[in-house]
Amino acid sequence: MISVAAIFEASVTLALAILSLSFLVTIYRIVKGPTLPDRILGLDMLVAIAIGYIAVFGIKTGYTLYVDVAIALGLVGFLATVAFARFVLSRGKTEDDIRTEARDAAAKARREGKTKSSIETISGAGGQSVAGSKVGKGSHE
Amino acid sequence: MSDIATLISAALLLIGALFALVAAIGLLRLPDLYTRMHAASKAGTMGSCLMLVALAINAPDVGTMSRALAGVVFFLLTTPVSAHLLAKAAYSVGYRLHSSSVMDDMAPSDDKQ
Repeated sequence: MISVAAIFEASVTLALAILSLSFLVTIYRIVKGPTLPDRILGLDMLVAIAIGYIAVFGIKTGYTLYVDVAIALGLVGFLATVAFARFVLSRGKTEDDIRTEARDAAAKARREGKTKSSIETISGAGGQSVAGSKVGKGSHE
Repeated sequence: MSDIATLISAALLLIGALFALVAAIGLLRLPDLYTRMHAASKAGTMGSCLMLVALAINAPDVGTMSRALAGVVFFLLTTPVSAHLLAKAAYSVGYRLHSSSVMDDMAPSDDKQ
């Protein structure tokens, strides 16, 4: 018959291992997350997992001061998520919008560069400056 | 009696950790922001709340127990609010649902704006 203390120790260790795994999975989503709200959601999830860690540590060590830390961490995580949500709202555009804007700006710059270089060719600056501007454009893209 | 409390607390710890793992896997595997939010803010809250309840059961004194339960209540109150705010902000800014979504209840009000 296994003793109750042994079962308890094993379950605490197993809980810590599972929490570490979920922590790593969440960090992968934060790093990879294609959009900003995905990352904010991942941070929210990290706070939840950290509170779980604190609970397990409080049980394992019997150090009850950690409970206050858990409550404070929950408050900070809530406020951070609310502030990030306000930021998403005030930024007012998605990653797709930003990419489209950048592409439009690049196309506009290319068009302006092309007209400028054609003006230079007409005014007799030679083909070299055209080639140079083309190389510059390529590296800029 | 103390043995039973210890066993219940061990079981709650394991179940809570598994809920957290399910939430993390959901965060990893689901296709768009709103379905990921569904995984993270329900299963994740459930996981950490179960672990705090395990701490409350295992607590040596009433003060620790009540603080752990207060943490559970606080967490249950704040998580839906923050998830709802984030979803509302993301939807109104224009993050679209995944193409496999079958229903978008907010679409008509979005057209009106």
